[in-house]
Amino acid sequence: MRRRWTSVSAAALGAVLVASGCGGGGGGGDQVEVFSWWTGGGEEAGLNALIERFEEDNSGIEFVNAAVAGGSGTNAQAVLEGRLQSQDPPDSFQGHAGAELLDYIEAGYLQPLDDFYDEQGLREALPDQLVEQISYDGSVYSVPVNIHRSNVMWFNPSVLEEAGVEEPPQTLDELIEALEAVEAETDAIPMAVGAQWTVDHLLESVLLGSLGPDGYNALWEPGADWDTPEVAAALEDFEAVMEHTQEESAAEDWQEAAQRVPEGEAAFNIMGDWAAGYFDELGKTAGEDYDWAPSPGTEGTYMWLSDSFTLPVGAPNEEAARTWLELVGSKEGQDAFNPLKGSIPARSDADPQAYADSPYLSAALEEWQAGPELAGSFWHGVTVDNRWKNDIDTAVGLYLQDEDLDGLQAALHQAAQAE
Amino acid sequence: MSTAEPAAGGAAPAAPSPAPRRRARRGAGRAAAWLPGLLLVSPSIVLIAVFVYGMIGWNTALALSDKHAPIDEGSFVGAENLIALWQEARWPAAVANAVVFTVFFVGGALLLGWLLGLLLEKGIAGEPVLRTLFLAPMAVSFIATGVVWRWLMNPAPAERATGLNALFVHLGLDFLVNDWWTAPNLGMAAMALPAVWQLSGYIMALFLAGFRGVPEELREAARVDGCSEWQVYRHVVMPQLRPVTLTAVIILGHMSLKVFDLIIAIAGKQIVADVPAVYMWTMVFDVRDPAKGAAIATYLLLAVAVFVVPYLVWTVRKERSEGR
Amino acid sequence: MSGTAPGADRVIAAGGRAAGTTRRGQAVKFAVLLALAVLFLLPMYVLLVTGFKPFAEATAGRAWLPPRQWSLQGWAAAWEALAPGLWNSVQMVVPSAILSALLGSMNGFVLARWRFPGADTVFTLFLFGMFIPYQAVMIPLQQMLVSAGLMGGLFPLILAHTVYGIPICTLIFRNYYAGIPQTLIEAARVDGAGMLGTYARVVLPVSAPAFAVTLIWQATSAWNDFLFAVFLTGPNSWPVTVQLNNVAGSMVVPYNQQMAAAVLASLPTLVVYLVLGRYFMRGLMAGALKG
Repeated sequence: MRRRWTSVSAAALGAVLVASGCGGGGGGGDQVEVFSWWTGGGEEAGLNALIERFEEDNSGIEFVNAAVAGGSGTNAQAVLEGRLQSQDPPDSFQGHAGAELLDYIEAGYLQPLDDFYDEQGLREALPDQLVEQISYDGSVYSVPVNIHRSNVMWFNPSVLEEAGVEEPPQTLDELIEALEAVEAETDAIPMAVGAQWTVDHLLESVLLGSLGPDGYNALWEPGADWDTPEVAAALEDFEAVMEHTQEESAAEDWQEAAQRVPEGEAAFNIMGDWAAGYFDELGKTAGEDYDWAPSPGTEGTYMWLSDSFTLPVGAPNEEAARTWLELVGSKEGQDAFNPLKGSIPARSDADPQAYADSPYLSAALEEWQAGPELAGSFWHGVTVDNRWKNDIDTAVGLYLQDEDLDGLQAALHQAAQAE
Repeated sequence: MSTAEPAAGGAAPAAPSPAPRRRARRGAGRAAAWLPGLLLVSPSIVLIAVFVYGMIGWNTALALSDKHAPIDEGSFVGAENLIALWQEARWPAAVANAVVFTVFFVGGALLLGWLLGLLLEKGIAGEPVLRTLFLAPMAVSFIATGVVWRWLMNPAPAERATGLNALFVHLGLDFLVNDWWTAPNLGMAAMALPAVWQLSGYIMALFLAGFRGVPEELREAARVDGCSEWQVYRHVVMPQLRPVTLTAVIILGHMSLKVFDLIIAIAGKQIVADVPAVYMWTMVFDVRDPAKGAAIATYLLLAVAVFVVPYLVWTVRKERSEGR
Repeated sequence: MSGTAPGADRVIAAGGRAAGTTRRGQAVKFAVLLALAVLFLLPMYVLLVTGFKPFAEATAGRAWLPPRQWSLQGWAAAWEALAPGLWNSVQMVVPSAILSALLGSMNGFVLARWRFPGADTVFTLFLFGMFIPYQAVMIPLQQMLVSAGLMGGLFPLILAHTVYGIPICTLIFRNYYAGIPQTLIEAARVDGAGMLGTYARVVLPVSAPAFAVTLIWQATSAWNDFLFAVFLTGPNSWPVTVQLNNVAGSMVVPYNQQMAAAVLASLPTLVVYLVLGRYFMRGLMAGALKG
């Protein structure tokens, strides 16, 4: 009733006002509108490679690149949300595989892709745990295009040498010792960190390093108990690490903070493996200016996250959208996209040659294909939905202001209980 | 600000007439006088009714419901959401930040605008150029200047300083090096700096009009009575500036509560610079909790209404009493 | 409420000083104003200087230093990124500014000089509309437009800016028209003019300063708006603010390009203020926005 009233009144107003530049919009001739937040650097390069391929193979379809920048996707997600709620979806949109996708699935925004998967043979090509993460009630809802690793510790070999740290630390205790050594012996910042979300990112590595993959994975069951001495110990390690970060961190993007490592301004930085692509773009040399190791305590575990593309309900150009998904899920598509993007492909039949140029990517691909333990990143949408993630982020943000560790643990516990 | 008495309607003079026909015609004539006016304004009335009050109604209904996810139906739960906010840790902190920001923004823009108006009001060489220069920041959006202000207000300590901190160090003013908007408690005062920069020119224009509206005869009279120029300002000019100051406070105050672009451009969505407007964005678009977002919006509306409604009522009453 | 300096302009122009000033006082004032002017220009300085640097030099550490090597690369890249958005912005700003100014003028005239019963209440209700936080209406607004089939192109954005500009334009014009003597209106009436005739003959001719203020104000706020733009338009219709934001979102942020883009995006409104600023000031000082 209300909906009809608003339509009628809005239509009446529309008739009264002079319209200009009206029309345009979706439907009509063949096109496919793809929504993402890849607007710069390697991400844009990777997307452009896919677009080029798409347009070559499908000359009748116009590709509309609806990428929106800002806030690691949060602006894009906000805009997307508005469109989905108004039932004006794009033909396909980027979403993190995992619980983040669950919000969309539960809201009824996504179409299941089971038949698509069968046609394309994707269930065989993709690792099982990954397919599980994008399934709901037995149906699968998106096409993953890549895998990123979250638990990577980047370090500067020269700074470590200067500090007398012989080997990259392998446990959290060793890390804290190393941080103290850097503090005492050098002018460098021991652990570079950036704005609030990078602290969330650091927290997940510390949790994994302290609790191990089983302990970590258990945290993400709804109603999980965070009020344990193990979690308390992990948070104490977290506090110790945070004490060795630079005071101006809130004003730095992840790039500015990460960049300090190859520049020699900082010893360590814990950031996802997209940093490798960034360092390469800066002209830094792997092994010399920077090097990497799994975050302390997480050797043998791949903390993963994955970008995937979806098929919204009511997509105006569904055929074209499926064609896009076909490309995105194919070996050729993934091997064209990922080397530029700086990630490894989701498919397990990737061609290692395509990644030979990047020392990091070759090593990562090898490790992924060897079948490590898996832990889903919480910050990047695998293990928690948006509400839980926001509760954690708020708790961490408040902790950064009041430094109340007990308060942090209580808030984290409450966030898990509320699910 | 003045209004006219309702125009003496085009009807016949007030002499009473027993004939109903003539009385009716007089009534119709009176209405015919103001009806065209009402018709002319009616498109705007309809638009405002729908797009402002309709939306406010929609928002209030949401705020009083339990629709905590887009797929929820939502039913009436009264003021539950509005009360629950105060029990969180984040909300009171965001409100405190908004208060600090408002105090420094309104105070700063008022002071600087007043100072600029004062310096310019008696005329000075190059006045047009100076006026335009101070007004120009209003032309630029915070999406554009956000990055510059982030650079300028970088909180790195002296040894790694960039931006204004680097300038201070270079000028030997090390004691001025500070944490800017990342400082606990009063950090939002630094966030007010770009806003003061953007709006002081406008406040300057208001005060300039106010200063120059004070009749010269009054000032002369005071001087003749032996007042120094400072005293002329203090006793003759400043009291006349009260209406302008009040207007400026209202305008700055409501802008301060809506501020969003600036904070996002400089700090993103971090708790250190959290304000209700950013909290609302997070609820509506990240967490997708319509009822909570609407509750925050309701508080923003109420906060604005608390200042604006008395001001509007007072202004209208003042006009009526002045009979203008 | 004369709005002009009490003879000061003429006195200064004639090389003299206004009453109540001293030579030393004027000099001190000028020095202070100059210092403030320099401070005010700092952000623009950093923007411009960084825009002219090549990519490698455009870092925060070198913010204060002029370019070692002047380069137009940032400007070229910025222009390429922004050009489609600039035209969209123009197409959106011009109709909405003109429409809301016209509506404001008509409303202001009626509410000030052709009143009807309840005019004050209507005015107060309009005014309150100036103050609503726009985040609150974003999703309902979008939903309403979609269900009415009005989305697409620039129409939704023009609609939003026009409607939400009505309150402030009405305020400006009403305050301004309050300065028109009632006798003039009466005289036109006696001559036989109806409402529209009075409006055209008596009111419009003197409205220029108020139109200056409203057009400048509306054009500037529509041009610089980000929130409505990003929600109510699709990629083919994005105005320049959205495009500017996308330039900012890259992984390796090319600061020279971003700052150049920021200047380019601000240039139209800056030019408007520089060229038409004195009309804006005059309008403000004639009581247009002082309430």
